[in-house]
Amino acid sequence: MSKTILMVDDSASVRQMVGMTLKQAGYNVVEACDGREALQKAAANRVDAVITDLNMPGMDGLSFIRQYRTTPASSGVPIVFLTTESDDALKAQAKQAGATGWMVKPFKPDQLLAIMRKIVGA
Amino acid sequence: MSNLDPAEVFRQEAADLIETLEQALLDLEKRPDDSELVGLAFRALHTLKGSGAMFGFVAVSEFIHEFETAFDRVRKGEAAADRRLIAAALEARDHVARLIDDPDVDPARGEAILAALKVAVSGDAPVVLVAQLEPVAGVAAPAAVTGWHVRFRLPADALTLGTNPLLLLDELRGLGPCEVSAEIADVPPLDRIEPQQCYLTWDVTLRGDVPQEAVDDVFLFVRDDMELLIEPLSEEGTQAEPATPTEASAMPRAAAVRPEEVAAASSLTAASSAPAGRLPAEPAARSSAGKVERNATLRVPAERLDELMDRVGELVIAQARLSQLAETIHDPALVNVAEEIERLTSSLRDTTMGTRMVPIGSLFGRFRRLVHDLSEELGKSINFVTEGEDTELDKTVIEQLADPLVHLIRNSIDHGLEDAARRAESGKPAAGTLRLSASHRGAEVAITVSDDGAGLNGERIRRRAEEAGLIAPGQPVSEAELNRMIFQPGFSTASQVTALSGRGVGMDVVKRTIDGLRGSIDVETRPGKGTTMTLRLPLTLAIIDGLLVRVGEDRYTIPLAAVEECLELPTGVDGDARGRSFLNVRGELVPFLKLRQVFNTEGRPDPFQKVVVVASDTTRVGLVVDQIIGNNQTVIKQLSRLHSGLKTFSGATILGDGTVALILDVIHLVAFGQKLEERRRAETLGRAA
Repeated sequence: MSKTILMVDDSASVRQMVGMTLKQAGYNVVEACDGREALQKAAANRVDAVITDLNMPGMDGLSFIRQYRTTPASSGVPIVFLTTESDDALKAQAKQAGATGWMVKPFKPDQLLAIMRKIVGA
Repeated sequence: MSNLDPAEVFRQEAADLIETLEQALLDLEKRPDDSELVGLAFRALHTLKGSGAMFGFVAVSEFIHEFETAFDRVRKGEAAADRRLIAAALEARDHVARLIDDPDVDPARGEAILAALKVAVSGDAPVVLVAQLEPVAGVAAPAAVTGWHVRFRLPADALTLGTNPLLLLDELRGLGPCEVSAEIADVPPLDRIEPQQCYLTWDVTLRGDVPQEAVDDVFLFVRDDMELLIEPLSEEGTQAEPATPTEASAMPRAAAVRPEEVAAASSLTAASSAPAGRLPAEPAARSSAGKVERNATLRVPAERLDELMDRVGELVIAQARLSQLAETIHDPALVNVAEEIERLTSSLRDTTMGTRMVPIGSLFGRFRRLVHDLSEELGKSINFVTEGEDTELDKTVIEQLADPLVHLIRNSIDHGLEDAARRAESGKPAAGTLRLSASHRGAEVAITVSDDGAGLNGERIRRRAEEAGLIAPGQPVSEAELNRMIFQPGFSTASQVTALSGRGVGMDVVKRTIDGLRGSIDVETRPGKGTTMTLRLPLTLAIIDGLLVRVGEDRYTIPLAAVEECLELPTGVDGDARGRSFLNVRGELVPFLKLRQVFNTEGRPDPFQKVVVVASDTTRVGLVVDQIIGNNQTVIKQLSRLHSGLKTFSGATILGDGTVALILDVIHLVAFGQKLEERRRAETLGRAA
């Protein structure tokens, strides 16, 4: 069964690009445009991995990660956050919140797939 | 959705983001300490940069990267969001918009803008380039290396947080042949085992000429909090026992485990964690119960809406024909259906028009930038107030309003508002107020631009109008008419021509545009107190309610919004041969036009002529017609270019029986009537004198 990835980003273009890349590689993709929607989607779907932006209106990525990690369903689910600043403090904060890995924007489709392979497998 | 060009999606999104950025910057100028605004601006930049690079807008992304770096200092509170910074940031925002259109546009200018921005944030501190993510993992391994010995142990909560050691091992195996062994010494007895914890330490011997970075990269995400040892295999010692530090010696050597067995062990932990993950559906349900109703919006190309409007228009026409047929056939069943369809059509019409309605706030937003720039340029400090941003208007109307409003605002700022010194003299606050407001008034929307400046100078207008030959010297002119002079072509009272206004083009263009939108413009001024310009616009351009009248054999439509009342023309009031005269309507004289004469209609007039009194603002004109047929939904069709010069008609519509009715241009007719009235007044005055 193919893996389901929850993609959280407020930018429709990024969601589209990531969604297309992942779908072509055989993943299922569930999209959400901010943390709040992501929590709902995560509750409604079986999710194998989460990709989330950090800067979002509504609920931002950090709060989302924190809240999501309080739900038992998140156990064992890797969370990758997207960041344009290679800001170590932010990275540490996100890891503290329960993120598994990160991806620096901008990224190319094959970089995205490499990270997904690393973190959820094909 | 997926067949949309991604670059196009990006462009649309970028336009929104740039708008957000601009608004945030402008707000920030007023409230420099509002960290939320800084965050908003930063987020917009961040997203633009990220998506820009992904969609191949590399120049945009690179530029924004620098922009963002500079702006980050503001976010971190290291620089203040002062005027200089905002001005530089706005410049940069403009450059971003240009770059999106054309990536090669003027790189030197971009450099200059960035330099200005850097100076603005830091004075002299150099901009620190954000380091690239690639960890500097020491020197690349020498070529002699034949492999690596890797020993790692994950933090206890790693499994919960989504790190899968199997994938790490797989990745290592992807680099070259591996021998993997797990140390199980730390695994506690079964009764104390935490199924979700990771107790194992792995020893991996990786063979092959693999650079150290590749091995490092495998552990990229977990390196910070794990125990990890990576060392080169010595050339001869393939099984070389690495002298691992203290902890290794404390750990008893484990039996080598085959990868499959490791997998089995791990899937055991995974399996035990899975049901735990399923059990609590309750908190999940709770979080979805608290969900906020999302205001879903849809982006639809404007031409599709236009097309829809066209179709609805055709439908309205077809429905009118059906109604007419039903009436002649007198079949109750058919009448029923016809009425049903009439009801549906009119609600469909309203809904369709509703989809085209856009809050005018989107337009107002653009002017904040304009006011900001003008205030900088002219050195006048301006308090810009907007009201009624939620007022909705047809999108086409809003688009066409942009230019006229720009003119009006420029005029108010340039001519209306005095400079600080002059304001102080007349005891006004130093900052001038410019108010832009919109509100619904019946079937119209009124937009006002008002300032608290010097007001129009009646004397000067008069002089200028006489110079331009618009009025004869000494000719009596009402104040309102004098004020309207500013809309005449070639009229400008500003003694100085500035870059912004005063060339005498503009106000007449404004008037023409507003007329073209079937709207009207009005000036109200009080010397020393300020000027208010009021634009009145119809809600929509596509379908209106009309009053159908007959003149001779032909039918005409009068926009219902303009109709004040209908009367019978008293017998004996014939007017003069040129088709104009006056009618006493409850003590008020109303000029009237006999449309039969205006249109040179042949044949005998009906015995009882009717008068439709139409009005715009305070002026009224009666239109004498043969018969008033009734209300109809009028789908406005533009006249062909050959006929567009006709002033009397604003368009045409198709009636139920397929014939064409011309739509009367009320504003033009009223103006015509107004001239009549003024001439009459002048004549009476002349006679009295």
